[in-house]
Amino acid sequence: MERNIKNMFTLFITFFKIGLFTLGGGYAMIPLIKREIVDKHQWIEEKKFIEALAVTQSAPGAVAVNLSIFFGYNLAGSRGAVMAVLGVVLPSFLIILLIAVYFPRFSNYEIIAKAFQGIRPAVIGLILYAGLDLAKSIKWSPFLILFFLLIFFFRVWFQINPAALIAISIIAGVLYYLVSNVK
Amino acid sequence: MGKLLVSLYLTFFKIGLWGFGGGYTMIALIQKELEEHRWLTAKEFIDIIAIAEITPGPIAINSATFVGYRIANFSGALIATLGVITPSFVLVLLLAYFFQQLKGFNFINLVLKILGPVIIGLIIATAFIMGGSVLTDKTSILILVGAFILLLTRKVHPILLLALSALAGIIFYS
Repeated sequence: MERNIKNMFTLFITFFKIGLFTLGGGYAMIPLIKREIVDKHQWIEEKKFIEALAVTQSAPGAVAVNLSIFFGYNLAGSRGAVMAVLGVVLPSFLIILLIAVYFPRFSNYEIIAKAFQGIRPAVIGLILYAGLDLAKSIKWSPFLILFFLLIFFFRVWFQINPAALIAISIIAGVLYYLVSNVK
Repeated sequence: MGKLLVSLYLTFFKIGLWGFGGGYTMIALIQKELEEHRWLTAKEFIDIIAIAEITPGPIAINSATFVGYRIANFSGALIATLGVITPSFVLVLLLAYFFQQLKGFNFINLVLKILGPVIIGLIIATAFIMGGSVLTDKTSILILVGAFILLLTRKVHPILLLALSALAGIIFYS
């Protein structure tokens, strides 16, 4: 792909579409991203797409944002990365801005307030389920279960900042990895 | 105002930096930051998550934009959104640049293996913490149990689930 203005525009529009048409975000966006990048535009072959998926998931941040940066860079350098990430973020940004402006007015209606009273416990259910769903993808060992329980108690009882818990875990994990590979 | 924007940017930068595993990890991070800065109540944040679930785009971006707007209008929305993206942008560019060298080293498995139980622990802890401010009567507990069973047995789409629970709220609380 050549780095001309027309291609930059295509890149922006493609990721704008991805940002606009994927509800819920995260892993739900992956099939659409694949359809656009691999099947339709054939910018990247499927094997490389799957590799990229794995690599970008090792970085922090939203899945779709990370993928857009990765593919944008691969297709048109760092300017391509900027275009792709702007494209993928802009629809959310504009829609949420609109809602943020008008939501306080709506939430004053009694019926909306009652609807949200019903929605809030369901959101807790969604978060619990997301945690459980992730748990299915892990090969649990007694050590990992203990680790999970420790993190849970540190967060709930001692109210430790999640960022600190993640940072400490990474350091502990890397140290463990290094030590167990030295011998 | 300038000080508030700097604080917003740095806070969402931090959320972006430690948000391994995507959206729900970031919910755990945002919840703590909002509580610490007293920017929004737990209920307001849960409403934002609900709105993020039914609108397009990543939950992290949606929450950053919404929270930023609530705290400092348009410039707040812009700054918070940029803040949450910046770490991804730098780190993924590095990954893309060194992609060939990294392929041999099983980086992903290492990160995911270490962080898997951590992320799950944080997500479930966040559900408990936020549940405390929402589950205040029998009806709300009933809706939570119902929602959880629907997700577990039918894998209902989040949008359908939220529509049903909104209906339940209107019926039970009237």
